[in-house]
Formats: sequence, structure tokens, C-alpha cells
Amino acid sequence: METVTLTLKNQPVLFLEADNISPDIFAGKKAAEIAALHAYEGREQTTLGKYFEVTGNAGATADDTKIVVKGDLTRVKYIGMKMSAGEVLVENSTDMYTGAWMLGGKLLVKGNTNAFTGIGMKGGELVIEGDAGNYLGAAYRGDWRGMQGGLIRVKGNAGSDTGYFMNGGTIIVEGNTDVHVGTHMEGGTIIIKGNIPSKVGGQMVEGTIYVFGAIDVMMPGFKYVKDEELEVDGYTGPFALFHGDLGERHPKRKGQIVYGRLFQKI
Amino acid sequence: MSEYVIKNGFVFDPVQGIKGDKADVAVKDGKIVKNVSSGAKVIDASGKTVMAGAVEIHAHIAGPKVNEGRNYRPEDKLFTYKPKTKGSRMAGGFSIPTTFKTGYEYARMGYTVAMEAAMPPLYARHVHEEIRDTPIIDEGAYPVFGNNWFVMEYLKNGEIENTAAYIAWLLKASKGYAVKVVNPGGTEAWSWGLNCLTVNDPVPYFDITPAEIMTGLMEANEYLGLPHSMHVHQNSLGNPGNYTVTLDSLKLAEKIKPNNKFGRETVMHSTHIQFHSYGGENWGNFESKSKEVMDYVNKQKNITVDTGCVTLDETTTMTADGPFEHHLTELNHLKWANIDVELETGSGVVPYIYSPDIKVCEIQWAIGLEIALFTKDHMRTFITTDHPNAGPFTRYPRIFTWLMSAEARKQRIESFKHSAKMIDATHIAGMDKELSLYELAQMTRAGPAKSLGLSNIYGGLAPGMDADIAVYNFNPEKEHKPDEIEKAFSAAAYVMKAGMPVVIDGEIVSNGNKRTIWVDAKTSENPQVMRDIRDKFLKYYSVTMNNYDVASHFLTNPRVIEVDAAR
Repeated sequence: METVTLTLKNQPVLFLEADNISPDIFAGKKAAEIAALHAYEGREQTTLGKYFEVTGNAGATADDTKIVVKGDLTRVKYIGMKMSAGEVLVENSTDMYTGAWMLGGKLLVKGNTNAFTGIGMKGGELVIEGDAGNYLGAAYRGDWRGMQGGLIRVKGNAGSDTGYFMNGGTIIVEGNTDVHVGTHMEGGTIIIKGNIPSKVGGQMVEGTIYVFGAIDVMMPGFKYVKDEELEVDGYTGPFALFHGDLGERHPKRKGQIVYGRLFQKI
Repeated sequence: MSEYVIKNGFVFDPVQGIKGDKADVAVKDGKIVKNVSSGAKVIDASGKTVMAGAVEIHAHIAGPKVNEGRNYRPEDKLFTYKPKTKGSRMAGGFSIPTTFKTGYEYARMGYTVAMEAAMPPLYARHVHEEIRDTPIIDEGAYPVFGNNWFVMEYLKNGEIENTAAYIAWLLKASKGYAVKVVNPGGTEAWSWGLNCLTVNDPVPYFDITPAEIMTGLMEANEYLGLPHSMHVHQNSLGNPGNYTVTLDSLKLAEKIKPNNKFGRETVMHSTHIQFHSYGGENWGNFESKSKEVMDYVNKQKNITVDTGCVTLDETTTMTADGPFEHHLTELNHLKWANIDVELETGSGVVPYIYSPDIKVCEIQWAIGLEIALFTKDHMRTFITTDHPNAGPFTRYPRIFTWLMSAEARKQRIESFKHSAKMIDATHIAGMDKELSLYELAQMTRAGPAKSLGLSNIYGGLAPGMDADIAVYNFNPEKEHKPDEIEKAFSAAAYVMKAGMPVVIDGEIVSNGNKRTIWVDAKTSENPQVMRDIRDKFLKYYSVTMNNYDVASHFLTNPRVIEVDAAR
């Protein structure tokens, strides 16, 4: 595997839209070609080379390409967007849309990410060692096709609207989240190891949410069913199962109505 | 004094009966002329196809429901934006493009006129603001009358003259072009939680039937002698087995005779008839009834239809047929917007995905094309997608390809998931008809222009007509693969609008000089109707009469079609 290193040398004045920072785009390119790839700063089209020192050449394919991004990236959006293979390692914090519409490969952020991390994700592994912002693994604005596959793991906290319109895949938040988790969810798994203030599983049709900590206010559309002994991401113990959202439509399979499932650690 | 001559192209012009002869088209000061001086600018069209600018008879491209689609579907715009160029502004969106993209994309395909198919009169100003912001193409808008309280009350009493006076007043107030009818009576019934699913279902409270509304509006339309005929979206749209309702509605035209000074020979335009040509009792045994419907259309000479071809895309449905949109959201569970427009109409918006992996969508695709292929009079059947309901208008080149190439249809059918079941439920697999360029010019130019009563201005290349001209990289003497046809009609080699070049080599070079077409029908004074209008504004409307009128400054470049209907 070949490694390309991007080191931020000039901080953009506005926010930089750097959706070309992806193994798929870099594949087969030399450092100079990568520096010439376009980016947008506001309405101006510029190049990655204006902001980043580029060293190393990419591999022949995305799969053979690793990208390391260094420096303060809190004004850089869309890192790893639509990546399908290879690896991206971000050594600090990023702005919005990190790993958006990701299809495969591995993306590791050592710092925090802002809103819309991993939205519309279909595959691959996205790990945030710090905190994630709002709309983690959610759907794009207006869309009903949220996260469909892959794994997102956040070691810190997440903001509001995690897994909004989620259809598949797994989101694990090891800390707390803000309100609205799994709203309009129709599939997939969300595991929150900390606390959630309220609005868990609102208008949820299908899918599974595990909450290890407290839910200050439970949605009125959730009904307690029974206790179950489960193994969830390395922890084994009893959970209380709730069905919901009872105010939403639910499909029928094999004569049984399928509900969204909310498990809370006892 | 600007003069042009488009030289040596293969010209297809149904207005003059030119069927692909090599000819020159001369232009002077925005009009087509017989001859120009030797100093005229020469456009070389050798080896290319030359037609008049195309005329769109039915599309939802401006106004509040289009904008509601834009508002609540940001995902439709995702990754679609093109930055500005020298000649064009930034434009984006797929099924509900921005006004700029709407103008540019029509122009790039060689369309120079487009009609907004459903204008709620109360929101006419919004429609005209969007029309003003849509570059290049000339546009008009059809106000909706089929669920209007005035119309239903007058027609209940058989008062054709009062209905006509009200239509004339509303066309002027809303700067509208024609009498549009959407699910006659059904949208008003929806306000009562009901619908009108046959032509004989009475509207609650008003106690009038869709058949009476359609017949009365056709009579009033001919009483006034408007340029276009009554334009109807029939009852029971999109339901299996609805073709009998369609035939019942079409038969209402048998009793009506055209009366106008615009050369129009028809009294009813039945729109997006694909959605109205369904057999079967449910989605399981759903089948095509295009043959039954088109057999009738072919023999009944005073009606025109447009296809409403399904393009197999993700799109945004929007119609003044409020109950239908509710029905649709119950089927696909996608987001739904609905509005009731006071005394006039209603509407709904729901996204929809026509998937080539779903049998019903495959059959719908076939029915749209069958309508066009079964037609025997190409001057009375027009190609549309009911944009954006059956698909975006930007797919016209693909529809043309399917109609012009049996091979293209075969390829499409073979890649369907349920092709065998689709073939059983339709006629398409057995049809070898391939549309000629002359027939295409009839169905997209001369035909719609004639139905609109604009055949002396648009849709042809005869001297005196507007110099709206499209030149395509399509040599009719050569064989074309399906994707070559689509490419040629997607980006015209050259397009001229009113004598001004607007597209060169598929790129926009000018924002043109667009006009808004509306109909000013002058009637004798009718104190009773004026009193009724004032009365309804006082009693029911949320606005006053003074705030209702579309003031003339909304139309920066109007083209008024005058009708003298005083008696």
C-alpha cells in the first residue's frame, strides 16, 4: 500500500470543500497531480496544492492507497467523501461531511468531526476517536435514504439527530448523544453507551436501538414488552425491550407486525 | 436589421408539408421570410436536421407546487449544480430544476415554447414570477377551473354565458392562457374527504357531476372562441381499470363543435393519457388499455391527447389532483405535501421512483410509448412526460429514441426485471412502428401549436412565423444507434429563438428575449358575474379583489392573444 501525506500549510479563509481527498480520486496519481486536483473555497475553484503540502504517490487503485491528512482541518469539509476502498487517516479534527456517502474502506479521525459525518453511508468503517457533531450517519436533508450499511464508531459523544432515517448498518457512540436518535429509522442498529436526553426512536418503523445509559424522557409511542439477556458490543447483561413507535406504520412479516426495537440496559 | 440563412439542412416542417428536403430557411428581424439579402449571416446545416422550435403543451414548470417540490426535496438538487458559464447562470435540480435550468434545458433540446399546465389563480403571481425568471422560452400558464366554485354554481344552473364571462375575467386577472380542468369535481370533493372517480360521481354540496363540469367548460370555451380547447386531466387518474372512465370523458366531446378564429379544429385536449389507459382490477392484474383508448382517439377527430410517457426515473409527482397525491403517499410512504386553494383548487406533491425492477412501472412505461405508436394522426397526439409526474422533461430525447427505434425498445424490454410479465400485459413487444422525423415534428411542433391555436406563430417554418428554429446533429440519410439519437436531440447544434441565436453546439449562448403569452378575451359587460365575484371576495376569499389581479408589471415581455367574444 502506498501512502500520500497531505499537510495543511495554508489555512483557508473560508471553508474548503475538499471532496477530492479520497483514495478513489487519488488512485494512480503522483504527488504533483494530487496537488493539482480541484477544491472549492467559497465560490472560487482552487487546488488542493494551494492549502496542502502533498508528499508521496498514490497506489494504482484505491485499495492500494492510504491518505494521511495532517494539520488543523476544522475548516475542511468532505474528507473521504464517497470513498469505496483504501484508508484515510486524519490526525486532527475535521469540519462537516467527513466520510459522507462512504462506500467502503477505512476512515479514522483522531480528533472530532462536525455535522453530517458519514451521512448516507453504504459501507466501510468510519472511526472517530473524539466527538461527532449533529446528524451522524443520517440522511441528507430531505432524503429518506439514510445510512444503509457499514460501521460508524464514535469514541466520544455525538450531537443530535444520530441515525436520522437510518436503513441499515451500525452506529456505535461510546459516550452520550443529544436529542433525536433513530428518528424515522427503518433498519440497522444504533448503540449508545451513554445517556440521551429524549426523543429516542420517534417515528421509528423498524431497526434496533440499544441504550446503556439514561433516557430522561421516553417517547410516548414506546411500550415495554419484556426483559432480555443480551450481548451488545462486548457487554453481556439484561436489557428491557420496548416496541415502537406505535404511532407509526409497521410492516407485517409471517403474520407478525414488525416494530422498531428499543433496548435499555437495566 | 439582423438577417440569417440556415443553409442546406434536411428540413422537416409539417406546416408546409416539407419532409426532409434540403432547403434553406431565411430569417429577418425575428421572423421567417422568403428571402434575405446577400449580407445575411450563414449557418451551415448541411448533414443536419432542421425543424421549428418545439412546443411543450403540458409541463409543471412554474408556480407554488413546483416550488414546494423544490423546497421539500433538497435531495433532488444534490450533486446536480452546474456553475455559471459565459452565457448562462448557475443552474441545478433534476426532476424539479431551477427556473434557469428549466429554460436552458428546454432550449438545448430545441424547445422554444412551454406551457405551465396548472396555475392556481390565487397564486398566479408566483407562477408569473417564476415564468419571468425562466430564460429563453416563451411561456403561458393554464389557470385551473374544474373545481372552481363559480364554475360549479353557474354550470349547475346551465349558465354557459356566465361561465364564459367568469373565465374571461379570470384569464385576464391571472394572465392565463387556457381553461385547465384537473380531476373535475374530485379535488373539491377531496375537501370533504371524498373523490369523484367516475364522470357521474356528484360533487358534495355543489351536486354537479364531472361530466357536467367538462361539458359546460367545453361549451363556454367555444362560446368565447379561445385559442386552445378545454384541457383536461381526467378523473380516476392512475387507477387500474380507469380506461372506461377515460372513454366516458372523451365521448363528451362528441356533442361539441369547435368555434374559434385560430385554426383549431378540436374541443378537448386530454392530457397525460398514459395515466388514464389502465386495465385490470388491481396492481396484480394491471394491464395496458392503450389500444382501446387510442382506437377511440383516432376516430374522434375533435380531440387531441398527449402521452405522459414514463421515463423510469426518480421524480417528483405534483398535481392539482389532491386526492390522487394522498393515494400515492399511502402507497409509497414518501413525504407528502397538500394544499387547499380556497374556492379554486387544491394540490399535492409526492416523490416517486419509477423503477425498471417493478412490474407496474414497466407496464406504465410501455403504455406511454404505445399511445404514441398507436396514433394514426400525429397532429393530434403529442409527446410529453407530464413533467415531472411521469419523469423530467429533460428525458424527451430518450423518449424520442424509444419511439424512433424498435431496437432501443427491445434493449430496454430485455433489461427489465419482469419483462415476460410486462410483455403479457402490454402491446409494446409486438410493435415494430418507428416514428419518422416528420411525425416527430408533427407531435412536438406543428401539432401542439395547432391545438393551442398558435399555428400561425409557432411550430412551423413558413414565412411570417416566429424564427424559432432548431438544428440537430442528425443526418436522416444515415443509420443511427439508439444512443446516437438520444445524443443528437439532447443538445441541439444550433437553436434560434425569435431570430436570436440562443444555443450553439449544445451550449447556451444567450438568455434570449422570453415572452409570456396570455389570452385577453373581451366579452360584453356582465353585471351579474361581476357582482358574484365581488360578493365571493367579500364573503370567502382571504384576499381582497384589489390584491388578486396579476398586475401588468409581473409580465415584463407580454404577448397578448386577443379574442373578441362580445355579443
